[in-house]
Amino acid sequence: MRLAEEMKKRLFDPTRLRAIFAIVVFVVLWELGSRSKDWFGYAAPWISVIPAPDAVIVVWWGLLGDAGYWQSGYLSLLRVLSGFGAALLIGVPLGLLMALSRNFYGIVFPTFEVLRPIPPLAWVPAAIIFWPTQELSIAFITFLGAFYTIVINTVDGAKSIDPRYFEAARAMGSSGWDVFRRIILPGTLPSITLGAAVGMGIVWEVVVAAEMISGGGSSMGGAGASGAGGGLGFFIWNSYTGGSYEQIVVGMLSIGIAGYLSSGGLRMLGEWITPWLRVR
Amino acid sequence: MSATPLHKKVATRGHLKIQDAHKVYDPEGAAVLAVDNCSLEIQPGEICMIVGPSGCGKTTLLNAIAGFHSLTSGTIHLDGEMLCGPGKPKAEPGADRIVVFQNGALFPWKTNLENVAFGPIMQGTMSPQEAREKARAIMADAGLSGMENNYPGEISSGVRRRVEIVRALMNDPKVLLLDEPYRALDSLTKSVMHEALLEIYYRNQVTIFFITHDLEEAIFLGHRVVIMTTRPCKPKKILTVDIPHPRDYSVLTSPRFRELMDETMEAVHEEAVKAFAAGEREG
Repeated sequence: MRLAEEMKKRLFDPTRLRAIFAIVVFVVLWELGSRSKDWFGYAAPWISVIPAPDAVIVVWWGLLGDAGYWQSGYLSLLRVLSGFGAALLIGVPLGLLMALSRNFYGIVFPTFEVLRPIPPLAWVPAAIIFWPTQELSIAFITFLGAFYTIVINTVDGAKSIDPRYFEAARAMGSSGWDVFRRIILPGTLPSITLGAAVGMGIVWEVVVAAEMISGGGSSMGGAGASGAGGGLGFFIWNSYTGGSYEQIVVGMLSIGIAGYLSSGGLRMLGEWITPWLRVR
Repeated sequence: MSATPLHKKVATRGHLKIQDAHKVYDPEGAAVLAVDNCSLEIQPGEICMIVGPSGCGKTTLLNAIAGFHSLTSGTIHLDGEMLCGPGKPKAEPGADRIVVFQNGALFPWKTNLENVAFGPIMQGTMSPQEAREKARAIMADAGLSGMENNYPGEISSGVRRRVEIVRALMNDPKVLLLDEPYRALDSLTKSVMHEALLEIYYRNQVTIFFITHDLEEAIFLGHRVVIMTTRPCKPKKILTVDIPHPRDYSVLTSPRFRELMDETMEAVHEEAVKAFAAGEREG
């Protein structure tokens, strides 16, 4: 009973209704624009060449039973998670070290700052040469997408912890390790979460581009009707060369949804590990 | 007012002795004398109020006692033990001297209970279980029941300050160092805080070194009020507040309180004018 009421309240929440309304309007305008030549005898610029939503949905429905489509999504997700995970595992400790040791910071930061402005995609040729497999090249480029943001946010977060917390903790008898574990780590957590969320967004942009440029990675290249094995980036590219414009849009929307879900999941995880920020 | 003291115990520790404290800040060669030849003795269990203009060097003195900063010369003893002095310019921070900061330093990522229980767990004097039980009890004593599982961000700044004082007391300190803890509070909340602090004090009899701007606050709370000169900082006038403890807010309207206010007002005003003229930022 109460669950039903709660569901009803959530479903008819004004903010949610506005969001749903906006999506509906977007799809309707898209449909009208795409079909403008058939329906009104006037081809709306740009949008009339894009497949209409209903056509996209028909193609999408067909692809739902296609193992290659799922395989593409799975591969991209795997690359995103491995690159992102490596960025977290390396970036957070590196950022903390840079924040805590002035000497380490002095040694590492200049190099870091020169490498940072290089866009991950500029690394593609070098990565293909350096790494033994295509798969590793793509994972490396994905890693770069999240790495810098995570490091920078960790450094800033740890450095901006109020020094009074250290003084209070020391006065109350905390050891150096206690200060690290109970002050620095939780004090940096909000910034790490923020850096990770931004990084997750970049990672999806980067993985798709890397897949397109490097020809879809190691497994099977462009084999299969839907470009199975290449990831969503290659899926889109393959659809383009194969002339299926609907499939291009399916690939794009799939990335949008995957990015939305992974960012949302990350945000929930972030809120869960920083419960004290939820209360404000 | 009742003459029978509420004091549960008589303080035997927390004797703070500052001798010839001297502090020169030297940023880029411009030697700034912050504390000059400052001597002050505070008895066990005394509430000693330090009044002076902003930037006069009071906090420098507090930081030297707490062990956050060094002294250029001079000695500070706590119960006969030298905290800092010749050959040891900077005291070690320790749980016998706990600071309650101006803007508060409760850890935002810990619940109020975890904050209060923090000290004894760190020092290893209690198991986490014991510390939490003790924290619960001491919070209840201070009227903070029901807020144990809230985060500091969820409670008002007045209540936060109370939690912080309770957290300090959990360490069983000899001296409580308060640096304008009620500065940001409105006057109504302040008056509630003052009575709450006295109540906690009557129960614990800890020595209190209390920095403030607020003369009324100083006279209401203190056994003595030390008026500091503006930079360099040293005692200009020491006033003994002969209104007996325990006090409550009715004291504020008593003739004796007014007399004491008048007596100190002039000295404080003089220093404030000097500080203003010296270009010290007020506020």
